[in-house]
Amino acid sequence: MSETNETGYTAAHRKLEGKSALFAVLTTVAILIGGMVEIIPMFSTQTGPETLPGVTPYTALEVAGRDIYIREGCYTCHSQMVRPMRAEILRYGEWTRAGEYAYDHPFLLGSRRAGPDLQRVGGKYPDAWHYEHMRDPRSTSPGSVMPSYSWLHHDTYDPADIQASMRALKKVGVPYTDDEISSAPAAMAAEAQGIVGRLTQAGVSTEPDKEIVAVIAYLQRLGKDGRAAIAARATATPAATGAVAP
Amino acid sequence: MEYTGASGQHEVQYDDAVVKLFLIATVTWAVVGMLVGVWIALELAWWPANLGLPWTTFGRLRPLHTNAVIFAFGGNICFTGIYYSMQRLLKTRMFNDTLSRLHFWGWQSIIVAAAITLPLGLTQSKEYAELIWPIDLLITVVWVIFAVNFFGTLYIRKVKHLYVAIWFYMSFVITIAVLHIVNSLAVPATLTRSYPIYAGLTDALVQWWYGHNAVGFFLTTPFLGMMYYFLPKIAERPVYSYRLSIVHFWALVFLYIWAGPHHLLYSALPEWAQTLGMVFSIMLLAPSWGGMLNGLLTLRGAWDRVRTDPILKFLVVAISFYGMSTFEGPMMSIRAVNSLSHFTNWTIGHVHSGALGWVGMISFGILYWLVPRLWNKPLAYPAWATTHFWLATIGIVIYTVSMWAAGLTEGLEWRAFDDAGQLKYPNFVDIVHQLQPFYWLRLIGGAIYLIGALMMAWNFIKTVSGSAASRMPAAVPTAS
Repeated sequence: MSETNETGYTAAHRKLEGKSALFAVLTTVAILIGGMVEIIPMFSTQTGPETLPGVTPYTALEVAGRDIYIREGCYTCHSQMVRPMRAEILRYGEWTRAGEYAYDHPFLLGSRRAGPDLQRVGGKYPDAWHYEHMRDPRSTSPGSVMPSYSWLHHDTYDPADIQASMRALKKVGVPYTDDEISSAPAAMAAEAQGIVGRLTQAGVSTEPDKEIVAVIAYLQRLGKDGRAAIAARATATPAATGAVAP
Repeated sequence: MEYTGASGQHEVQYDDAVVKLFLIATVTWAVVGMLVGVWIALELAWWPANLGLPWTTFGRLRPLHTNAVIFAFGGNICFTGIYYSMQRLLKTRMFNDTLSRLHFWGWQSIIVAAAITLPLGLTQSKEYAELIWPIDLLITVVWVIFAVNFFGTLYIRKVKHLYVAIWFYMSFVITIAVLHIVNSLAVPATLTRSYPIYAGLTDALVQWWYGHNAVGFFLTTPFLGMMYYFLPKIAERPVYSYRLSIVHFWALVFLYIWAGPHHLLYSALPEWAQTLGMVFSIMLLAPSWGGMLNGLLTLRGAWDRVRTDPILKFLVVAISFYGMSTFEGPMMSIRAVNSLSHFTNWTIGHVHSGALGWVGMISFGILYWLVPRLWNKPLAYPAWATTHFWLATIGIVIYTVSMWAAGLTEGLEWRAFDDAGQLKYPNFVDIVHQLQPFYWLRLIGGAIYLIGALMMAWNFIKTVSGSAASRMPAAVPTAS
């Protein structure tokens, strides 16, 4: 340190440097302020399901699919966030509203688009397309750099495991009833059977307990509630139609 | 330089054994983390590189790469530098040797647990906070051990005034504890799975408050602290400005924490939060450059030595990359720029100019200075250090330029319209295809950087094993 004649704040700071506990306290205060100002208001800001009536929690099978989506790190290449820009809306569909994420524990917005955004992928392709795409991405998307996820077509999910997930999700605020959790295996089987039925019609044979069935359930759900809720609101209040954030 | 001058009245036996342990871990994990990085770079250029295995897909290895380079390589070099310098700055041995050992082995066991769980797909999905909840608990315990050891050492110090390096170390210890605990709050479903207590955008905001400040307080403040200790030592010049160090320290730690929402621009996060994130990110340029200038100006009168000393070369380029990436970051936080850069490889390039340029280069410089001193042996192949410097520099340039090009290409093509006002590239995969040459270039840049790190590791192995000790008797620089 080159200054030897210290005055003003440097002299005061020199005193502070002799008091390590006070220094630690002041540092803690300095690093807490910004986070508190930004995060605490979020708990009273309207970003929950009430902002977009019609958005409902994921079904048990969709929870299973979402857990697999997390396990495989799909979010490292695919975002779930359509930005309010014309090019994005043309490519993907409606821009994403806060309420659409209401039951997302954890959030899966992603930070990188090595592949396309998936926020509005629900209903965009038939179930069989996803089945084939996961088995061999280049069969449906020539030139894709996505690896093949063929193990999803062999491995099975465990309904009891999903019940544990639903119990934990209930604790963090997702409004599952005890009845929904206890009847989850039956509900999963029924929903899975529906997907298997559609796959069979398309000439693909698989069993309802395969992981790929849960993944398809989750992907086909993505963005659907939000799209319907946004459309319903647009009909109710014409002024909001096509509103695009600045 | 009143704090780093002559030794105190009584002889202090510093615990350098633990410093050596952390140093060995640093070099080991650096090679592992960068190797995984090169591997996943290959996977983007050539998709079959996961060999058809679930454990080695990009989605599972990318978190392993980021955790390995940030917490294994970055963490261990911070602990190496802190344990070495704080004992000398405070003229005391670390508070408790057992805590030092628990810290070391605890941290390495976290890394090993990460290396096992992440390829298995056991993850919480939050970037740089992927590790499952039992490992999160272990991190908390080890961090408390480190904090007790750190503050205990401050308590028993023999030097009254805390040198600027210690301020930065302190902000590291405190802030990482706060960030880790708040962001990791979750309810377990099973032994390996849990769900965060926050939902949707609140979860996203908490995560990016954590994520951005992992950059700020894990990859910036401890490294600035090490810059303040090692640079004056190596350059044999006093720190340029005491005033500047005060102003930029407090401004940096206060402003950094606000910048997280710039990761969520154009999301449905409330506008005011996005704007705060952008404004504070731009303000952050000032204290960041304060640190850069205080570093570079400390070299006044020593610039001629940069020509010949590879260690100073590493430090100068590191500080320059720090300045460059802390300029680029605020620019990318401007909404209009972010609308183009977000979700693209530009961000990947930005991160790596900070990680390879700042964190990597300053670490290499410190390592080359420490190894001959800690083992009391001259560097086995001094010329290799200069070769390593050039390989690292060329590697970074190829890496960042290819990612800038890739990012601009995809960013512009995602939003390009034809004359009819429709998307010019409606098929996403057509754009992906155009990025392949850049992915190969990036792979080459990363591989060159890795080769440099491997040369360093081999150099250190030969140095420590002593087989070259007699060959280069004059290799130890004579800095005080």
